[in-house]
Amino acid sequence: MLPKAALKRSRALRRRETITAYLFLLPSLFFFLAFVIVPMGIALVTSFFNHTMESFEFVGLANYKELFSDPVFLRSLKNTALIVLVAVPTVTAFSLWVASAIYELAAGLRSFFRIIFYLPVVTGTVAVTVVWKWMFNQYYGFFNYGLKSLGLIEKNISWLGDERYAIWCIILILFTTSIGQPIVLYVAALGNVDKSLIEAAEVDGANRRQVFWKIKWPSIMPTTLYILVITTINSFQCFALIQLLTSGGPNNSTSTVMYYIYYQVFRLYRYGYANAMGIILAIIIALFSALQFKLTKSGKAA
Amino acid sequence: MKSQIKAHNPIYRGISIIILFALAIFFFFPLFWIISGSFKPAIEINSATPTLFPINFTLDNYQRLFQQPALLWLFNTVFMAVMAMALTCLTAALSGYVLAKKRFFGQAVLFSLLVSAMALPKQVILIPLLREMAFLKLHDNLWAVILPTVGWPFGVFLMKQFSETIPGEMLEAAKIDGASELRTFTSVVLPIVKPGVGALAIFTFISSWNDYFLQLIMINSTPKLTISLGIAKLQAEMSTDFGLIMAGAALASIPIITVFLIFQKYFTQGITMGAVKG
Amino acid sequence: MKKFLALLLASLMLFALVACDNQKTTAPQDDANTADADAPADAADSEQAAEPAEGEATEITLWTYPIGAWKDSATVDGFIAKFNELHPEIKVKVEYLDYQSGDDQVTAAIEAGTTPDIIMEGPERLVSNWGAKGKLVDLKDLWTEEALADISATSQAVVDACKWSDGAYYEYPLCMTTHVMAINKELFEAADAMQYIDEESRTWTTENFEKALKALDEHGVENKLIVYCGGQGGDQGHRALAANLYGAKFANPEHTAWTMNSPEGVKGLQQLVDWDKAGLIGHDAGIVASDELQLFANGTVAMSICWNASNEANYASQVTFTPYPVAFPTDQEKPELAGGIWGFGVFNNGDEAKIAAAKKFISFVADDPAQGPESVRATGFFPVRNSFGNVYAGTEDEERMSVYSTFMPYIGDYYNVTPGWAEQRTAWWNMLQKIFSGEDVQSAADTYVQEATVE
Repeated sequence: MLPKAALKRSRALRRRETITAYLFLLPSLFFFLAFVIVPMGIALVTSFFNHTMESFEFVGLANYKELFSDPVFLRSLKNTALIVLVAVPTVTAFSLWVASAIYELAAGLRSFFRIIFYLPVVTGTVAVTVVWKWMFNQYYGFFNYGLKSLGLIEKNISWLGDERYAIWCIILILFTTSIGQPIVLYVAALGNVDKSLIEAAEVDGANRRQVFWKIKWPSIMPTTLYILVITTINSFQCFALIQLLTSGGPNNSTSTVMYYIYYQVFRLYRYGYANAMGIILAIIIALFSALQFKLTKSGKAA
Repeated sequence: MKSQIKAHNPIYRGISIIILFALAIFFFFPLFWIISGSFKPAIEINSATPTLFPINFTLDNYQRLFQQPALLWLFNTVFMAVMAMALTCLTAALSGYVLAKKRFFGQAVLFSLLVSAMALPKQVILIPLLREMAFLKLHDNLWAVILPTVGWPFGVFLMKQFSETIPGEMLEAAKIDGASELRTFTSVVLPIVKPGVGALAIFTFISSWNDYFLQLIMINSTPKLTISLGIAKLQAEMSTDFGLIMAGAALASIPIITVFLIFQKYFTQGITMGAVKG
Repeated sequence: MKKFLALLLASLMLFALVACDNQKTTAPQDDANTADADAPADAADSEQAAEPAEGEATEITLWTYPIGAWKDSATVDGFIAKFNELHPEIKVKVEYLDYQSGDDQVTAAIEAGTTPDIIMEGPERLVSNWGAKGKLVDLKDLWTEEALADISATSQAVVDACKWSDGAYYEYPLCMTTHVMAINKELFEAADAMQYIDEESRTWTTENFEKALKALDEHGVENKLIVYCGGQGGDQGHRALAANLYGAKFANPEHTAWTMNSPEGVKGLQQLVDWDKAGLIGHDAGIVASDELQLFANGTVAMSICWNASNEANYASQVTFTPYPVAFPTDQEKPELAGGIWGFGVFNNGDEAKIAAAKKFISFVADDPAQGPESVRATGFFPVRNSFGNVYAGTEDEERMSVYSTFMPYIGDYYNVTPGWAEQRTAWWNMLQKIFSGEDVQSAADTYVQEATVE
C-alpha cells in the first residue's frame, strides 16, 4: 500500500499528464475531428439510407444485405484481396532488400538510388499511367515488342484487355509507385540502428545473418509495422490506376472495392449503398491492421 | 537471405549493385519518357514507331502550356502542398510524441480510432466532406483540399512510430533539469524525430500534390486550379493531348524533386546521429 | 547547391502566397452556396420571375464540355464580349470541363450546391440525368413556337431528345452531328477495297463490308478494325456498328426499354464475334475510343468506328493519309446513325435574376441571327435551326463540312434519353468483353438488357 499522500500525488501527476497530452493533441484532434470524424459519422449514418441525388429514406440494413448478393462487389472484394496479398509482402520485402543494399553505399550513390526509386511517385499518377499504357499497348507497346523479339510470344497480347493479365499489370504499376516511401523509411531506420550493439555482437562472433535478425530486425520493427499498415491501406484503396487504365474491366477482373465505390457514387449516385461498401471495407482493413499489430508486437517480444 | 546478398562477399555485392542499376533504369524510364515526350510534336508522340529521343525537337508543348495560366496553377499547387505539409508536420509531431511517450486517459481508444480512420476509404467521406466545405463556404477554395489532408491521421501514426525511439532517460533528464513540457519537446524530442519530420514532410507534400481526385471535386474555377486539374481541362473530347500532359508533368515534377532534395538531408543527419550516439 | 534550391523553393512559396491572396480578393464565390441543391426545380415559380432591374449587375457562370472550339477561352471570350455589347449588366464567367472528369465535377458541385448557372452538353446528361433529377429549370420559354418550328424542320428527333417525360424542356439545343466511321483511303485503294463503298452516298452494305475486310486481309493489313471495349469512352461507335449490321433497334421507339437482345441485335453482335474469330476484325478490352483514334491516326488500324467532323479537325495535323468518312454498314435500305446533340441547360440555383440572365445568354448565343451561326461554327457541327442554312458557306471548312452534311439524312432515333442510360453504358461494354471472350451472345445480351433496365 502506498501512503495516501503519494497516491494523491501520483493521481495529480496522472491528471497533469493527461491535460498536457491533450494540449499537445489539440491541434491534430481539431483537424481530425472536423474533417475526418464528422464526415465519417455522416457516412456511417447514410449507409442505412437509400441516399441518392434525389432521395433520402431510411432502409435499415438493406444496403448491407444487397452488398452480399452483388456479384460485382464480391468479385471486387476478391480482386482487392489478391492485390493486397501480392503487393504487401513484395513491396515490404523488396524495399527492405533495396534499403539494406543501398544504405551501405557511399552517401552520393545512396541519395541517387533513393531518389530513383522515388521517381514513379514524384511523376504524378496521370502522367505515369500514360507511359504505362503505352508500354502495355497491344500494337506497338514496349512489352510486346520486347517479348516478340526475344521469341517468347508469337502474337501480340492485349495486356490490359486480357482477363488473365490485366490485374497483374495493375499490381506491377502499383508496386513501382509504392516502394519509394518504404525504401526511404528503411534507409533511415537502418541508419538509426545502434552501432554499438552491432559491434558488440560482431565481437561475440555473430555472423551477418544473425546480426540482421537479432539486432537490426527488432530495432526496425516500428518502421516495418508502419510500412505494413500503410502499404496494406494503400493497396486496399488502389483506385486511380484502375480508373485511368481499365475502368474495372475486362469482365470486372480489375474492379476493386474502391473503384466500385467510386462507380456507385459518381456514375449511379448511390451514396448510401457506396457508403455501406466503404464501411465494410473499413472493417476489413481495420481487422487486417489489428492482425498486423498483433503479429509484429509478438515478433518484437520474441 | 538478405544478409547473404549483402555479405562481405564481393560477388554478391557486385551482383546486387548490378541489379540495382538495372532496376534504376526501369524506375527512371517513365520520367525519362515524359521529359523526352514533352519535346516531341504530336505526330511523333503518337507514332507507331516510337523514338527514344525527339527527332523533331519542339518547344510547342511548353508554349501551349504557358499560354494557359500554368505558372499560377503551379503556384496554387505548391501553396496547397506546402500548407498541408507544414500543418501536418507540426500537428503530427506534437501528437505523435505524446501518443508514444505519455500515459494518459483515453490513449488506447484514441490511437485505435486514428488507425481505424485511416482504414476508411476516402471516397466514402467525399460527399459529406463536400457538404461540410460548402457549409463552411470553402468549396472552390484551396483550403478545402488542405484541411482534410491535415486531418488525415497518417502523419500522427508515422510520428508516433518515430517517437517510440526517443530514449526515456533523455526525457527524464530534461524533467529533472526542470524543463517545461514545451521546452522538452523543442529541445529534446524535435532533434531526435527530425528525420521522421523530414520524411513526413516529403510524404505529405507529394501525397497532397498527387491527390487528384480531392482537388477535382473541391476546386472548379480557373484561377484556383492545381496544375494537374488545369492540364486535364485542356483535353478535347476524343483526342488526348499527350504533349501537353507530358509538358505539364515535367514542369510539375520540378518542385517535388526540389522538395525531395531539400528534405532528404534530414535522413543523412538521422544516420550520422545514430553513429554519434553509439 | 542545396541552399540555392531551398532559396528557389522559398521564393516559389512566396509567389504562391501572393497568388492565392490575389485570387481571394478577385474571385468571391460565396453567392452560389446559398442555393439549396435539394430543392426540386419548380418551373411554375421561375415563370413568375421578376425581371432584374435594368442596369443591375448579375454574374452568371457557364461550364462547357469540350465541344469543338467551345473549349478555347479565346473563342468563348469573344462570344461573351459580343453578348456584353447588348447586355452589359450581365457578367459571364466560364469554366471548362473535360470528358474524363467533368461529370464527377458536376456531381460534386451539385452536392456542394455550387453548380454553375449554365451548362453546355447533350440530352443524355442535361435531360435524362440532371434534368430528370430535378436539378435544372424548364426552358419552355426559350422554346417559342418559332424555335420549335425551326428546329423540328431540321429533325423532330432533336426536339424529342430535349424534352423529358414530364414534358419539361431541360435542354435548348445549338448543334448536332452524326457519328460515322472513317477509313484509311489510300490503304483501301491499295487493297482494291474502295469498290465496296458507294462513294456517292458514302454507304456500304454488310455484305460489301465483309468483302472489304477480306480484301484488306488478303492485302496483308493486320489491324482492320478494332472493337475497343475497355470502358465507355466513344461507345456510340460500336453501338452503331452492332445495331446497323442487321438493322437492329437500340431502344424501343417509346424510349422505355433497351432492345439489343432482339434477333437482329444478337445477329449483329454474333457477326462481330465471328469476324473477330476469323481474324477479320479485332477486339481490345484494353483501350477506349481515344486510343483507337490514335491507332487510326498513326496508321496502325485501317478504320475508325468513332469518327465525326470534330475528330477530323482534331486529328488533321497527325494523319499522313486521307481519312475518308463513311456510314456504318447495314443490310437495310439506309443506315441509322447515332446523333450527337449539344446545347444548354440552366441549373436551378434558386436565384431568379440569374436564371433570367442565363436564359438571355442562351438565347443570344443560340438564336441571334448573327451570333447563332457563329456559335455553331465554333462547335464544328451542324445547326439545329433550319433557318441558319449552311453556316459553313464561304468558310475554309465548307468542303469538309459538306461531306459530313451528306450523313445528316441518316440520323436515327436519339435513344440516349431512355431511362437507365448510365447503367446501360457500363453493361454494354461489359457485355462486349464477355461475348469476345466466348460467352453465348444471346444470354450475354439478355443479361445486358436486364442490367440496363432500371425499375
